Amino acid sequence: MSALLHIDGVGKSFGGLKAVQNVSLSVTEGRLSALIGPNGAGKTTLFALMSGFIVPDTGRVRFAGQDITGQAPHLNARMGLTRTFQIVQPFAAQTVRENIAVGAHLHLPARAQALEFAESVAQRVGLTPQLDKLASDLTVAGRKRLELARALATRPRLLLLDEVLAGLNPQEIAEMIPVVQSIAQSGVTVLMIEHVMQAVMSLAQEVWVLAQGQLIAHGTPAEVTNNKAVVEAYLGHGTAERLQKNVAKALAAQEAQP
Amino acid sequence: MKDFRRIALFALLIGAVPFFTQSGVVLNFVMTALYACLLSQAWNVLGGFGGQFSFGHALFFGTGAYVQAIAQMQWGLSPWVALPLAMAFAAGVGAFVGAASFRYGLKGSYFALVTLAFAEVFRIVATSVPFTGAGVGLMLPLQESAANMQFANRSGFIWLMLGLVTLALCVTAWLKASRFGAYLQAVRDNEDAARAIGVNPFKVKLVATILSGGLMGAGGAFYVQVFQYIDPGIAFGSHTSVEALVGAIVGGLGTLWGPLLGAVSLHILADLTRNLFGQLPGINMVIYGVVLIGIVMFLPRGIAGLGTITPLQWLRGNKPVDGEKP
Repeated sequence: MSALLHIDGVGKSFGGLKAVQNVSLSVTEGRLSALIGPNGAGKTTLFALMSGFIVPDTGRVRFAGQDITGQAPHLNARMGLTRTFQIVQPFAAQTVRENIAVGAHLHLPARAQALEFAESVAQRVGLTPQLDKLASDLTVAGRKRLELARALATRPRLLLLDEVLAGLNPQEIAEMIPVVQSIAQSGVTVLMIEHVMQAVMSLAQEVWVLAQGQLIAHGTPAEVTNNKAVVEAYLGHGTAERLQKNVAKALAAQEAQP
Repeated sequence: MKDFRRIALFALLIGAVPFFTQSGVVLNFVMTALYACLLSQAWNVLGGFGGQFSFGHALFFGTGAYVQAIAQMQWGLSPWVALPLAMAFAAGVGAFVGAASFRYGLKGSYFALVTLAFAEVFRIVATSVPFTGAGVGLMLPLQESAANMQFANRSGFIWLMLGLVTLALCVTAWLKASRFGAYLQAVRDNEDAARAIGVNPFKVKLVATILSGGLMGAGGAFYVQVFQYIDPGIAFGSHTSVEALVGAIVGGLGTLWGPLLGAVSLHILADLTRNLFGQLPGINMVIYGVVLIGIVMFLPRGIAGLGTITPLQWLRGNKPVDGEKP
């Protein structure tokens, strides 16, 4: 198992705001990892730095052994690094099939082949019934699937998924989780930003936590959720202790009652 | 494939017109309508499929026109050699303007203004330098012969123009059925999403500008052959830009036959108004403006989009789809 994506000391400031500071992490090939953190922690900025949409002020980005710092996104996509967007970005005036075909064209120059491949990708994400609909007519859940399908059609080695579950209802989340899982099982390395902890716990093998632009924890989902710094980053200073006290009290109360 | 068959049928039908009528009015109408179709179709390549709204397509038109005239008068070339040369120069100007604008990420109204500015710059330059004949313009010597691309009657010009329109239609049909076309439309609809999945927006938009510029240049070259005269106002004036873009928008952006429908409808309208209000020169531009407002409000997909919406939607003012440029 080697590191497919490795970032080293990456930082980016927007004026006085340090969006991402000195972040280093390695995404292991073949794994499904997650990046979590409170709102405004810099997760999406970090994705943009990895995929080339933003050039980092400091640090290096390496993908598949090559330095790709500051390389344009379309060149990264050709190397096998593709991202999706938190705010879905469909090609609204085109059908679902045509949308996915644009991704498929990366490796298939012929139109007919790309359209055919789009169908098989649509099947993988459960979009087959919607193939001939306009992208603008899809529901939020459908658009999230489309976002995923379009990225998948480029046959990526590493897929950066930015909140594919956000805005979905519990049933839609339950339907989407196996889709993400099957993509990871097919051999694609996945790094996902996710707020839905149920999904992170059930999917991710490895989790990084970002808060105020800095990495504050790294480990398995269980390790990370028990990490004091992580709890405080989400719920505020002192909450970890209070929670522990509450737990201790509850335990004591249980013991007191025979 | 179906598109290419239809284009062939279209070319055969229009090409046969001169065999059935000798009426100067009809032939003149067919020729000028085809000319308007070429301008709109050229604009559609960049504006309709690429979503880059140029207000200065006269830039390419004028370049093509001047190269066509200069190549014959000063370089002594045959007009049949000058025509591809004119297209190449116009395409080259497209490459320059495209590279300069897209390199710095100009989009939307900024791109429109830059193209408009470039057309004005070229107009002023053409008024000042000697080899364009400055403000006087260039007058092509009259030597009627097919070898000289000056036909004794309209049918020769019709067939020449039909050839160019067919070329433009084939380019458009290719856009609809190729990877490049898919990339171009993806960039139009969402540039960031396209970048994320491997599309180089700079290259795609640049190639579209080159194609569009080359076709527009052919329109300019044709103008010179028909009217045998060009001056800076005609070449780089905004009315050509407006004619090209209004035809495409009225007909239907990003469609194969829309710009043709739009250009022909506007042409009929312009002819009618000219007959009715002959004493008011320029009235056709006013009518264009009114039609354009009406189309943008009620038929954002243009005439070609008429069949795709119900009358009720039409009455309510059918809104464009998210992300689709009006």
